[in-house]
This record gives sequence, structure tokens and C-alpha cells, in this order.
Amino acid sequence: MKDIGQSTMMEPVIQADALRKAFGAFTAVDGISFSVRRGECFGILGPNGAGKTSTIRMIYGFSPLSGGSLHVLGQDVTNRKQLRRVKYRIGVCQQDNNLDPELSILQNLEVFASYFDVPRPEATARALELLKFIALENRRDTPIPELSGGLMRRVVLARALINEPDLLILDEPTTGLDPQSRHQIWERLEGLRARGISILLTTHYMEEASRLCDRLIIMDHGKILVEGRPQDLIREHAGRDIIEVSEPGEELRTFLRERNLRYDDLGHRLLIYCDERDQLYREVSGRYCRDGCTLRTATLEDVFLKLTGRELRE
Amino acid sequence: MFVISSRFLRIWHRNFAVYRKTWKVSFMPPLLEPLLYLAAFGLGMSALVGEVSWRNQSASYIVFIAPALLSVNMMYNSFFETTYGSFVRMYYQKTFDAMLATPLFLEEIITGEIIWGATKSVIASSIMLSIISLFGLIRYPEGLLLVPLSFLAGIAFASIGMYFTAVVRNIDLFNLPIFLFITPMFLFGGTFFPLDTLPGWAQALAWFLPLTHLVEITRAIAIGPLDVFALWNLLYLALFSAIFFPLALKKMRVRLIK
Ligand SMILES: Nc1ncnc2c1ncn2[C@@H]1O[C@H](COP(=O)(O)OP(=O)(O)OP(=O)(O)O)[C@@H](O)[C@H]1O
Ligand SMILES: [Mg+2]
Repeated sequence: MKDIGQSTMMEPVIQADALRKAFGAFTAVDGISFSVRRGECFGILGPNGAGKTSTIRMIYGFSPLSGGSLHVLGQDVTNRKQLRRVKYRIGVCQQDNNLDPELSILQNLEVFASYFDVPRPEATARALELLKFIALENRRDTPIPELSGGLMRRVVLARALINEPDLLILDEPTTGLDPQSRHQIWERLEGLRARGISILLTTHYMEEASRLCDRLIIMDHGKILVEGRPQDLIREHAGRDIIEVSEPGEELRTFLRERNLRYDDLGHRLLIYCDERDQLYREVSGRYCRDGCTLRTATLEDVFLKLTGRELRE
Repeated sequence: MFVISSRFLRIWHRNFAVYRKTWKVSFMPPLLEPLLYLAAFGLGMSALVGEVSWRNQSASYIVFIAPALLSVNMMYNSFFETTYGSFVRMYYQKTFDAMLATPLFLEEIITGEIIWGATKSVIASSIMLSIISLFGLIRYPEGLLLVPLSFLAGIAFASIGMYFTAVVRNIDLFNLPIFLFITPMFLFGGTFFPLDTLPGWAQALAWFLPLTHLVEITRAIAIGPLDVFALWNLLYLALFSAIFFPLALKKMRVRLIK
């Protein structure tokens, strides 16, 4: 929304080096380094407890760092003065819907604008504009407790935009939403990115990450496992296609081992990662498929599960 | 140390905006509750008690307790705002978390809450003051000093309240400071009977309580004489602010910044 200064054009919006966050003896973020370029949408993926929120909280100045360095919009967030500057220029959508239940939708936006020193008439104008943006202009006086989860999430997004931020930070923006609401939010986010706003996002939805993120990292146990563009990660870690075989027999396993093919054995199901799809699929489905056998395109979800394992967390 | 900027006023404004939405309801308790006390103790008890002697002058019982009830009103309104009110905002509504993602820092948020608590004291005691003044229970122009006094007292009790908010695990535990601290002050802070009717050791204890000093000043203003003692009482209240305000900031930091 704001003009991007020429001098800061090339500098990353977020630069994290060996960033660490410890809670007592427990290390939640364990020396991660990454950088987010201006204008891109950057994703942080990872299972529950991976350290996504802990990372994000350091970026918007909620948590002090336990180690490493962190620059946001060219400012050192460990310096209080510089952090204040950062806080003015970012918009944050936290993991919880912490809208002010004692105020209406419009008042929520207006009051939030005042925290950013936006003068009142301007605040109201911006708030009305944003209500239009999230298609809630007719509900401006609705009390917050009457909103559904999806509507609340949209208001939280609008609230994060009230200061016309250069960097938008979204912690699971669409968790718990129905497909309609999710697609709505995606469209809004794509619109914002087209306007040049940099976005940092965490999500548990791989489809969302594939669609929105230019680049992403997958974290686990506080460490970065991989970093890259979604398509590159898929090609590199899961191949182009996947053959899923239900109730695989021993012969198939032997066959795969002999041919030296990459596969994951889940007991009742077997995933074969492949690049020359048609030939292999014909062979497998013709000779080894007893119960069912499908060929599909590999997705980010395959990469995620392959790298972070299939066990439940916490 | 850090400088607290005037940004705390934003928090004050937020709370005021909420207050305005419900002011008709919020007005009632500070208006009615002290009046009920005044009616019960003043009218009912007066018949039993008659005149009370305070600082070598004699006053009717209702004149004697009216300033005390005003002081209690200041204490309740500020203390309950930064205990139950702030706790709900902090813990249930996560309002502070949301604010921390804006240019505001925690110290500004907590300062805003404490100043708001003090404001509640001003609002409530001003309402009550205007009512009891109609009955001629306050002398003027000295009585006007009660308004700034209610703010200073509000800061002291709001800071104490905020300290408890920072340290209690859950909202039910406020019963503890209320039972051990607020209620004893309400009863023994020189409110309903002159302190010198207590045994010496109890008097000494009572002088540790901040409300005792507040009641003392309020009475000095409302009845007289307003002398140098009031300055010492004021200093004692200021001491509580000076201790509990930074302590509340510190404990809140420990509680919320992770
Ligand atoms: N205040 C805290 N005190 C102690 N441990 C904490 C604290 N906050 C987070 N943790 C721990 O740090 C780890 C990382 O938590 P974090 O919230 O960053 O995970 P996450 O990746 O956001 O997970 P989710 O997907 O569930 O939101 C978890 O094991 C969590 O229990
Ligand atoms: Mg999280």
C-alpha cells in the first residue's frame, strides 16, 4: 500500500540469523536462519509445536530473542527504539481471534487504528474501506461475540491492515474455517500481495501454502528442515507423481527394492515416488495391484509428511 | 528503565469507549451503594451513636462517616477495575496480547490500565460527592480538593490491584487480597469508628493501612481542620504508588512477556 523506498528496495524485509528461543531448558526455536524478500509471500510450515508461533512472536516484538539476530524492515528488533519503528509498519494476525469483544466491528478497527496514531477521521475512513474489502460493510455495528469463526478471522485480517503495513504477519489465518471462507481469505491475500505487501504466513494447510507462498520453510523441533519454492520442494523430495497402492503384497516390495525406487511403506498403504509415471504405473497396476492403485500428482503434503514423519505430535 | 510515552492514553481511550457504551449501568453501583451505606449507618446508627469525637471536635455520626465512605468508594472503584476488570481483559479477552502487536509496549498498556482505574475512582467519587454535598455533608470550597485526591488515591489502589492481577493464577484468587487486605481496611481503617477507640496495638496496625490515611485526609478536607497531617497522609499514599506501580509493571512483564 505504501511506496517502497528506493534505498530499501533490495534489503530483505526479514533477516533472521541463528535465531533462538528458549523457554527455560526447552528450546522452541533452535538457531534458524532465513530471509524474506520484499514483496514475496513466505511460508513457515511445521507440525504442532514446531516453533512457528514462537518464531513469529519474536518477529513482531512480543518475545525477546534468546539468541541470534533478527532484523525486520531493516531494523534490529532487539533495540527498543528500532522495534517501535517496526511495530508501526507491520500488521499482525495472531493465532487466536483476540478481537475486542466489548466493541463493535467498526470500533475494533477504529480503536486499533488509534494505537498506530492514525487520526480519528482517517481511522474511520480506513475502517470502512477495510470492511468493504472483507465484505462486511453491512455488519459494522455487529458485536464481536455474534460473529462466526470465519467472520471473526476476516475482521482480524482487516484489523491487521489498519495501519497499511509493509509487512503482514499471519499466524494460521485460515485454521478452523470452512472452504468458502478459506478461499475468500486466499483471494484477499493474493490481492494484497499483488499490491506489493510482503507476507509472512504459517499454516497447516499444504494447499494454502502451495497456492500462496513464493517460498517456504518446513520446520520441526525448532529447526529448519528444508527451504525453497513449493514446486521445487515437491520435485526434489517427492518427485513428479505418486502411485498409491492399497494393501501391497510382498512381491511389490521386492520389486521396488530391486528397481531401487523411492517409496514409503505405511503397512496398509504404499507410496511410490516416481518421475516416469506412465510406464511404472502400468507395470505396478498390471502386476502388483490387488486392492486398488492410483496415480496422482505429488503435492506439498507428501513432502511435509515425508520430512516430518507421520507420528502425532504432543 | 524505559520512558513511558503518552501512548498509554490510547489504552485509557479504549477503556473509556467501552465505559461509555455501558455508562448507564456503570453509573448505578457507585451511586447507589454508598448511599445505601450512608442511609443504613448514617440514619440507622446515628440514633444509637449520636455524636462522635474526632480530633477534639464533635461531629454527628453521619458527618463522621460520609468522608470515609467516599474514601472507600475511591478504593473500591480503582482496585476492582485493575483486578477483575484488567484480569478479564488480560486473561479472557487477550486484549493485551492484541495490543502488543501494535506500537504499544507493555509498560504503556499497564500504565493506561492503572490510570483508567484511577479515573474510575474519580468518576465514582465525583458522583457520590455531588450527592452527599446536597445533604450538606461536605464543606466548600475545600471539598473540591476531593476530586484530585480521588485521582491520587486511585493511582495507589489501582497499582496495588494491578500487582495482584499480575500474580494471581486465576480470577477466584482475588478473594484472598480482598479478604486479607481490602475488607480489613474497610472495617478498621478509621471508617466506621474513630481509631482511638481501638487498643494501642490495633491503632498501630491500622496506621499501616493506606485506606486509614486516605480516610484521614478526606475527613480533614470535608470536616476540617486541614493541616500538615494531611500532607503526611498524602505522602504515605504516594509511597504505595511509588512501590506498587513499578512492581506491577515488573510482575506484569514476568507474566506476559515470554
Ligand atoms: N510460554 C511458553 N512456555 C513454555 N513453552 C512454550 C511457551 N510457548 C511455547 N512453548 C513451547 O514451544 C514449542 C513451540 O511452540 P509454538 O507455539 O511455537 O509451536 P507452533 O509451531 O506454533 O505450533 P502450533 O502449530 O500448534 O501452533 C511447543 O513445544 C510449546 O509447548
Ligand atoms: Mg502456533
